Amino acid sequence: MSETYITRSSAIAARMLAGEMMVMNSVDSTFFTLNPVATAIWQAADGRTPLREIVRTKICEQFDVDPMQAEKDAQEFVTDLSQHGILLVSSEPFPDTAASTRPEEKP
Amino acid sequence: MTTSFQHRCIVEIGGIPIAVSTGDLGLFGLIERRYSGFLSDSRPELEIELQRVEQPVSSPDEDVRVYREVEEWVLHRGDFRARWSPLSGQGTVRQNLNPYAFDSVLRILHSLLLAERHGFLLHAASVICDGKACLFSGVSGAGKTTLARLAPQEATLLTDEISYVRRAVEVYSAYGTPFAGELAQPGENCAAPVSALFFLEQGPENLVEELPAPEAMRRLMRNILFFADDPGLVENVLNTACDLVSRVSACRLVFYPDAKVWDVVRQFQGLPAYV
Repeated sequence: MSETYITRSSAIAARMLAGEMMVMNSVDSTFFTLNPVATAIWQAADGRTPLREIVRTKICEQFDVDPMQAEKDAQEFVTDLSQHGILLVSSEPFPDTAASTRPEEKP
Repeated sequence: MTTSFQHRCIVEIGGIPIAVSTGDLGLFGLIERRYSGFLSDSRPELEIELQRVEQPVSSPDEDVRVYREVEEWVLHRGDFRARWSPLSGQGTVRQNLNPYAFDSVLRILHSLLLAERHGFLLHAASVICDGKACLFSGVSGAGKTTLARLAPQEATLLTDEISYVRRAVEVYSAYGTPFAGELAQPGENCAAPVSALFFLEQGPENLVEELPAPEAMRRLMRNILFFADDPGLVENVLNTACDLVSRVSACRLVFYPDAKVWDVVRQFQGLPAYV
Protein backbone atom coordinates (compact mmCIF):
# COMPACT_ATOMS: atom_id res chain seq x y z
CA MET A 1 0.00 0.00 0.00
CA SER A 2 1.41 3.41 -0.92
CA GLU A 3 2.02 5.96 1.80
CA THR A 4 0.82 9.55 2.04
CA TYR A 5 3.17 12.28 3.24
CA ILE A 6 2.01 15.73 4.23
CA THR A 7 3.69 19.06 4.89
CA ARG A 8 2.42 22.54 5.50
CA SER A 9 2.43 25.12 2.72
CA SER A 10 4.86 28.01 3.17
CA ALA A 11 2.09 30.42 2.12
CA ILE A 12 0.16 30.13 5.35
CA ALA A 13 0.21 31.68 8.78
CA ALA A 14 -0.83 29.65 11.81
CA ARG A 15 -1.31 30.26 15.48
CA MET A 16 -2.71 28.26 18.37
CA LEU A 17 -5.59 29.82 20.32
CA ALA A 18 -7.46 28.13 23.16
CA GLY A 19 -6.50 24.64 21.95
CA GLU A 20 -7.47 25.20 18.32
CA MET A 21 -5.14 26.01 15.45
CA MET A 22 -5.97 29.18 13.53
CA VAL A 23 -4.72 28.92 9.94
CA MET A 24 -4.80 31.61 7.27
CA ASN A 25 -3.82 31.21 3.64
CA SER A 26 -1.97 34.31 2.46
CA VAL A 27 -2.77 33.65 -1.19
CA ASP A 28 -6.54 34.03 -0.94
CA SER A 29 -6.98 35.07 2.73
CA THR A 30 -9.13 32.02 3.48
CA PHE A 31 -9.22 31.26 7.19
CA PHE A 32 -9.61 27.90 8.93
CA THR A 33 -9.79 26.77 12.52
CA LEU A 34 -8.71 23.22 13.23
CA ASN A 35 -10.23 21.13 16.01
CA PRO A 36 -7.87 19.29 18.40
CA VAL A 37 -7.64 16.13 16.23
CA ALA A 38 -6.98 18.13 13.07
CA THR A 39 -4.50 20.26 15.00
CA ALA A 40 -2.58 17.13 16.03
CA ILE A 41 -2.32 16.05 12.38
CA TRP A 42 -1.33 19.55 11.36
CA GLN A 43 1.42 19.73 13.95
CA ALA A 44 2.78 16.34 12.90
CA ALA A 45 2.85 17.25 9.19
CA ASP A 46 6.63 17.25 8.88
CA GLY A 47 6.80 15.95 5.31
CA ARG A 48 8.63 12.79 6.38
CA THR A 49 6.24 10.89 8.64
CA PRO A 50 3.61 8.85 6.75
CA LEU A 51 0.04 9.93 7.43
CA ARG A 52 -0.80 6.41 8.62
CA GLU A 53 1.96 6.69 11.23
CA ILE A 54 0.69 10.10 12.32
CA VAL A 55 -2.82 8.72 12.78
CA ARG A 56 -1.51 5.77 14.78
CA THR A 57 0.81 7.72 17.10
CA LYS A 58 -0.81 11.13 17.35
CA ILE A 59 -4.50 10.36 17.00
CA CYS A 60 -5.31 6.80 18.08
CA GLU A 61 -3.02 6.97 21.11
CA GLN A 62 -4.21 10.38 22.27
CA PHE A 63 -7.89 10.45 21.30
CA ASP A 64 -10.61 7.89 21.85
CA VAL A 65 -11.23 7.03 18.20
CA ASP A 66 -11.66 3.93 16.08
CA PRO A 67 -8.42 3.44 14.03
CA MET A 68 -10.22 2.74 10.74
CA GLN A 69 -12.48 5.74 11.18
CA ALA A 70 -9.53 7.92 12.26
CA GLU A 71 -7.61 7.05 9.10
CA LYS A 72 -10.62 7.75 6.91
CA ASP A 73 -11.26 11.10 8.64
CA ALA A 74 -7.57 12.01 8.37
CA GLN A 75 -7.58 11.31 4.62
CA GLU A 76 -10.64 13.52 4.17
CA PHE A 77 -9.09 16.28 6.25
CA VAL A 78 -5.85 16.13 4.28
CA THR A 79 -7.69 16.16 0.96
CA ASP A 80 -9.77 19.14 2.05
CA LEU A 81 -6.82 21.22 3.24
CA SER A 82 -4.69 20.32 0.23
CA GLN A 83 -7.47 21.54 -2.06
CA HIS A 84 -7.24 24.88 -0.27
CA GLY A 85 -3.46 24.97 -0.64
CA ILE A 86 -2.92 24.67 3.11
CA LEU A 87 -1.27 21.24 3.11
CA LEU A 88 0.98 19.73 0.45
CA VAL A 89 0.51 16.01 -0.20
CA SER A 90 2.86 13.52 -1.83
CA SER A 91 3.37 9.77 -2.10
CA GLU A 92 7.07 10.36 -1.37
CA PRO A 93 8.68 12.05 1.63
CA PHE A 94 9.24 15.77 1.06
CA PRO A 95 12.86 16.94 0.84
CA ASP A 96 14.14 18.66 3.97
CA THR A 97 14.02 22.09 2.34
CA ALA A 98 10.23 21.93 1.88
CA ALA A 99 9.66 21.04 5.51
CA SER A 100 12.20 23.51 6.83
CA THR A 101 10.62 26.50 5.04
CA ARG A 102 7.19 26.03 6.55
CA PRO A 103 6.14 28.71 9.04
CA GLU A 104 6.29 27.90 12.74
CA GLU A 105 2.95 28.27 14.43
CA LYS A 106 3.03 30.40 17.53
CA PRO A 107 1.55 29.45 20.86
CA MET B 1 7.62 62.10 -10.07
CA THR B 2 7.16 65.85 -10.61
CA THR B 3 8.01 68.35 -7.89
CA SER B 4 5.93 71.44 -8.72
CA PHE B 5 2.81 70.70 -6.69
CA GLN B 6 0.36 73.55 -6.30
CA HIS B 7 -1.89 72.03 -3.67
CA ARG B 8 -1.03 69.88 -0.69
CA CYS B 9 -2.72 68.77 2.49
CA ILE B 10 -2.07 66.15 5.15
CA VAL B 11 -4.74 63.57 5.96
CA GLU B 12 -4.12 61.95 9.34
CA ILE B 13 -6.14 58.86 10.24
CA GLY B 14 -5.28 56.64 13.18
CA GLY B 15 -2.22 58.73 13.99
CA ILE B 16 -0.64 58.12 10.55
CA PRO B 17 -0.25 61.39 8.60
CA ILE B 18 -0.26 61.07 4.81
CA ALA B 19 0.53 64.07 2.59
CA VAL B 20 -1.65 64.33 -0.51
CA SER B 21 -0.48 66.55 -3.35
CA THR B 22 -2.04 67.35 -6.69
CA GLY B 23 -1.90 69.95 -9.40
CA ASP B 24 -5.62 69.52 -10.04
CA LEU B 25 -7.73 72.01 -8.13
CA GLY B 26 -10.95 70.03 -8.54
CA LEU B 27 -9.40 66.89 -7.12
CA PHE B 28 -7.77 68.85 -4.30
CA GLY B 29 -11.07 70.48 -3.32
CA LEU B 30 -12.73 67.09 -3.25
CA ILE B 31 -10.01 65.71 -0.94
CA GLU B 32 -10.11 68.75 1.36
CA ARG B 33 -13.89 68.56 1.75
CA ARG B 34 -14.09 64.82 2.20
CA TYR B 35 -11.35 64.64 4.83
CA SER B 36 -11.93 68.03 6.45
CA GLY B 37 -12.15 66.51 9.94
CA PHE B 38 -8.90 64.62 9.45
CA LEU B 39 -6.57 67.33 8.10
CA SER B 40 -3.50 67.93 10.21
CA ASP B 41 -0.17 69.70 10.22
CA SER B 42 1.80 66.69 11.46
CA ARG B 43 4.96 65.66 9.66
CA PRO B 44 3.78 63.15 7.02
CA GLU B 45 4.98 59.56 6.97
CA LEU B 46 3.93 59.12 3.34
CA GLU B 47 3.72 61.41 0.31
CA ILE B 48 1.06 60.61 -2.25
CA GLU B 49 0.78 62.44 -5.56
CA LEU B 50 -2.69 62.44 -7.10
CA GLN B 51 -2.96 62.57 -10.87
CA ARG B 52 -6.32 63.17 -12.45
CA VAL B 53 -7.39 61.22 -15.51
CA GLU B 54 -10.69 61.83 -17.26
CA GLN B 55 -11.58 58.26 -18.11
CA PRO B 56 -11.65 55.17 -15.90
CA VAL B 57 -8.12 53.80 -15.79
CA SER B 58 -9.37 50.35 -16.79
CA SER B 59 -12.61 48.38 -16.89
CA PRO B 60 -15.04 49.93 -14.36
CA ASP B 61 -15.89 46.44 -13.10
CA GLU B 62 -12.31 45.43 -12.35
CA ASP B 63 -11.94 44.04 -8.83
CA VAL B 64 -9.37 45.39 -6.45
CA ARG B 65 -5.88 43.87 -6.72
CA VAL B 66 -3.01 44.53 -4.37
CA TYR B 67 0.40 43.04 -5.01
CA ARG B 68 4.06 43.71 -4.58
CA GLU B 69 6.21 44.55 -7.61
CA VAL B 70 9.90 44.62 -6.65
CA GLU B 71 9.94 47.17 -3.81
CA GLU B 72 6.60 48.83 -4.54
CA TRP B 73 3.03 48.01 -3.70
CA VAL B 74 0.70 48.18 -6.69
CA LEU B 75 -3.00 48.84 -6.11
CA HIS B 76 -5.47 48.38 -8.98
CA ARG B 77 -9.17 48.77 -9.43
CA GLY B 78 -11.37 49.94 -12.30
CA ASP B 79 -11.33 53.52 -11.03
CA PHE B 80 -7.73 53.88 -9.87
CA ARG B 81 -4.15 52.80 -10.36
CA ALA B 82 -1.77 53.42 -7.47
CA ARG B 83 1.83 52.63 -6.60
CA TRP B 84 3.51 53.12 -3.27
CA SER B 85 7.03 52.42 -2.09
CA PRO B 86 7.39 51.58 1.61
CA LEU B 87 11.11 52.35 1.32
CA SER B 88 10.81 55.91 0.03
CA GLY B 89 7.37 56.53 1.55
CA GLN B 90 6.26 58.00 -1.80
CA GLY B 91 3.48 56.98 -4.11
CA THR B 92 1.22 58.02 -6.96
CA VAL B 93 -2.49 57.58 -7.58
CA ARG B 94 -4.15 57.98 -10.99
CA GLN B 95 -7.89 58.45 -10.80
CA ASN B 96 -10.75 60.50 -12.15
CA LEU B 97 -12.80 63.04 -10.18
CA ASN B 98 -14.39 60.41 -7.96
CA PRO B 99 -14.21 60.56 -4.15
CA TYR B 100 -14.63 56.81 -3.71
CA ALA B 101 -11.44 55.98 -5.61
CA PHE B 102 -9.13 57.81 -3.21
CA ASP B 103 -11.17 56.57 -0.25
CA SER B 104 -10.42 53.00 -1.36
CA VAL B 105 -6.73 53.79 -1.89
CA LEU B 106 -6.55 55.21 1.64
CA ARG B 107 -8.24 52.10 3.10
CA ILE B 108 -5.82 49.78 1.33
CA LEU B 109 -2.78 51.86 2.29
CA HIS B 110 -3.85 51.92 5.92
CA SER B 111 -4.56 48.19 5.91
CA LEU B 112 -0.96 47.60 4.73
CA LEU B 113 0.51 50.08 7.21
CA LEU B 114 -1.53 48.71 10.11
CA ALA B 115 -0.46 45.13 9.41
CA GLU B 116 3.04 46.17 10.49
CA ARG B 117 1.80 48.13 13.49
CA HIS B 118 -0.36 45.62 15.38
CA GLY B 119 -3.59 46.83 13.82
CA PHE B 120 -6.19 46.32 11.13
CA LEU B 121 -9.28 47.79 9.52
CA LEU B 122 -12.51 46.03 10.40
CA HIS B 123 -16.01 46.02 8.92
CA ALA B 124 -17.52 47.47 12.07
CA ALA B 125 -19.16 50.51 13.54
CA SER B 126 -17.32 51.92 16.54
CA VAL B 127 -18.64 54.18 19.23
CA ILE B 128 -17.13 55.71 22.39
CA CYS B 129 -19.22 55.59 25.56
CA ASP B 130 -17.81 56.78 28.89
CA GLY B 131 -14.30 56.89 27.47
CA LYS B 132 -14.35 53.30 26.15
CA ALA B 133 -14.79 52.17 22.57
CA CYS B 134 -17.14 49.38 21.50
CA LEU B 135 -16.82 47.73 18.11
CA PHE B 136 -19.95 46.41 16.37
CA SER B 137 -18.88 44.14 13.56
CA GLY B 138 -20.83 42.52 10.78
CA VAL B 139 -21.29 42.23 7.05
CA SER B 140 -23.48 44.61 5.07
CA GLY B 141 -27.02 44.49 6.44
CA ALA B 142 -25.99 43.21 9.87
CA GLY B 143 -26.97 46.50 11.49
CA LYS B 144 -23.80 48.59 11.84
CA THR B 145 -25.42 51.79 10.63
CA THR B 146 -28.65 51.03 12.50
CA LEU B 147 -26.77 50.66 15.76
CA ALA B 148 -24.79 53.86 15.09
CA ARG B 149 -28.03 55.73 14.39
CA LEU B 150 -29.51 54.49 17.67
CA ALA B 151 -26.46 55.55 19.70
CA PRO B 152 -27.29 57.91 22.58
CA GLN B 153 -26.44 61.59 22.24
CA GLU B 154 -23.67 61.26 24.79
CA ALA B 155 -21.85 58.72 22.63
CA THR B 156 -19.14 59.64 20.12
CA LEU B 157 -19.36 57.98 16.72
CA LEU B 158 -16.00 56.87 15.32
CA THR B 159 -17.46 55.25 12.19
CA ASP B 160 -20.56 53.39 11.06
CA GLU B 161 -18.65 51.30 8.51
CA ILE B 162 -14.87 50.78 8.81
CA SER B 163 -13.27 50.67 12.24
CA TYR B 164 -9.61 51.47 12.74
CA VAL B 165 -8.01 49.29 15.43
CA ARG B 166 -4.41 49.62 16.52
CA ARG B 167 -2.39 48.52 19.53
CA ALA B 168 -0.41 51.12 21.44
CA VAL B 169 1.81 49.63 24.13
CA GLU B 170 -0.49 46.98 25.66
CA VAL B 171 -3.86 48.50 24.81
CA TYR B 172 -5.94 48.28 21.63
CA SER B 173 -7.58 51.54 20.66
CA ALA B 174 -10.25 52.38 18.11
CA TYR B 175 -9.73 55.55 16.09
CA GLY B 176 -12.25 57.66 14.23
CA THR B 177 -12.27 57.35 10.45
CA PRO B 178 -13.73 59.32 7.57
CA PHE B 179 -14.87 56.01 6.04
CA ALA B 180 -18.64 56.30 6.27
CA GLY B 181 -21.32 53.77 5.47
CA GLU B 182 -25.03 54.36 4.93
CA LEU B 183 -24.97 57.12 7.53
CA ALA B 184 -22.90 59.19 5.06
CA GLN B 185 -21.29 60.94 8.00
CA PRO B 186 -17.59 60.79 8.87
CA GLY B 187 -16.59 59.72 12.35
CA GLU B 188 -15.13 61.99 14.99
CA ASN B 189 -11.37 62.34 14.82
CA CYS B 190 -10.53 60.88 18.24
CA ALA B 191 -9.70 57.54 19.85
CA ALA B 192 -10.40 55.41 22.93
CA PRO B 193 -9.33 52.01 24.28
CA VAL B 194 -11.41 49.12 22.94
CA SER B 195 -13.47 47.55 25.73
CA ALA B 196 -15.69 45.13 23.81
CA LEU B 197 -16.15 43.59 20.40
CA PHE B 198 -19.73 42.72 19.41
CA PHE B 199 -20.72 40.64 16.38
CA LEU B 200 -24.10 41.84 15.19
CA GLU B 201 -27.21 39.85 14.40
CA GLN B 202 -30.70 41.30 14.20
CA GLY B 203 -33.42 39.43 16.07
CA PRO B 204 -36.70 39.77 17.96
CA GLU B 205 -35.09 40.74 21.26
CA ASN B 206 -31.81 41.98 22.70
CA LEU B 207 -29.30 39.38 23.81
CA VAL B 208 -25.58 39.40 24.58
CA GLU B 209 -23.65 36.14 24.61
CA GLU B 210 -19.91 35.88 25.20
CA LEU B 211 -18.04 33.88 22.58
CA PRO B 212 -15.15 31.47 23.10
CA ALA B 213 -11.92 32.79 21.58
CA PRO B 214 -11.86 30.44 18.52
CA GLU B 215 -15.43 31.35 17.57
CA ALA B 216 -14.64 35.05 18.07
CA MET B 217 -11.66 34.58 15.74
CA ARG B 218 -13.80 32.93 13.06
CA ARG B 219 -16.15 35.90 13.11
CA LEU B 220 -13.41 38.50 13.39
CA MET B 221 -11.38 37.17 10.46
CA ARG B 222 -14.46 37.27 8.22
CA ASN B 223 -14.68 41.02 8.78
CA ILE B 224 -11.07 42.20 8.66
CA LEU B 225 -10.19 44.16 5.53
CA PHE B 226 -6.98 42.86 4.07
CA PHE B 227 -6.18 42.72 0.40
CA ALA B 228 -2.54 41.71 -0.08
CA ASP B 229 -1.19 38.19 -0.58
CA ASP B 230 1.92 38.85 1.47
CA PRO B 231 2.70 35.95 3.87
CA GLY B 232 4.52 38.17 6.37
CA LEU B 233 1.72 40.70 6.61
CA VAL B 234 -0.95 37.98 6.74
CA GLU B 235 0.88 36.44 9.67
CA ASN B 236 0.96 39.84 11.39
CA VAL B 237 -2.79 40.29 10.90
CA LEU B 238 -3.50 36.79 12.23
CA ASN B 239 -1.33 37.40 15.30
CA THR B 240 -2.92 40.78 15.98
CA ALA B 241 -6.43 39.34 15.69
CA CYS B 242 -5.58 36.47 18.07
CA ASP B 243 -4.05 38.95 20.50
CA LEU B 244 -7.14 41.19 20.40
CA VAL B 245 -9.61 38.39 21.15
CA SER B 246 -7.33 37.27 23.99
CA ARG B 247 -7.51 40.70 25.60
CA VAL B 248 -10.97 42.06 24.79
CA SER B 249 -14.42 40.60 25.50
CA ALA B 250 -15.94 39.29 22.28
CA CYS B 251 -19.68 38.70 22.13
CA ARG B 252 -22.57 37.92 19.87
CA LEU B 253 -25.09 40.77 20.07
CA VAL B 254 -28.56 39.88 18.88
CA PHE B 255 -30.56 43.08 18.80
CA TYR B 256 -33.96 44.47 18.02
CA PRO B 257 -33.48 47.84 16.34
CA ASP B 258 -34.55 50.30 18.99
CA ALA B 259 -32.59 52.43 21.46
CA LYS B 260 -32.92 49.87 24.29
CA VAL B 261 -30.10 47.87 22.74
CA TRP B 262 -27.71 50.50 24.05
CA ASP B 263 -28.80 49.78 27.62
CA VAL B 264 -27.91 46.13 27.02
CA VAL B 265 -24.50 47.15 25.67
CA ARG B 266 -23.86 49.42 28.65
CA GLN B 267 -24.99 46.83 31.18
CA PHE B 268 -22.65 44.31 29.59
CA GLN B 269 -19.81 46.74 30.23
CA GLY B 270 -20.88 47.30 33.82
CA LEU B 271 -22.21 50.78 33.07
CA PRO B 272 -25.63 52.08 34.19
CA ALA B 273 -28.41 52.20 31.60
CA TYR B 274 -29.22 55.61 30.11
CA VAL B 275 -32.90 55.51 31.04
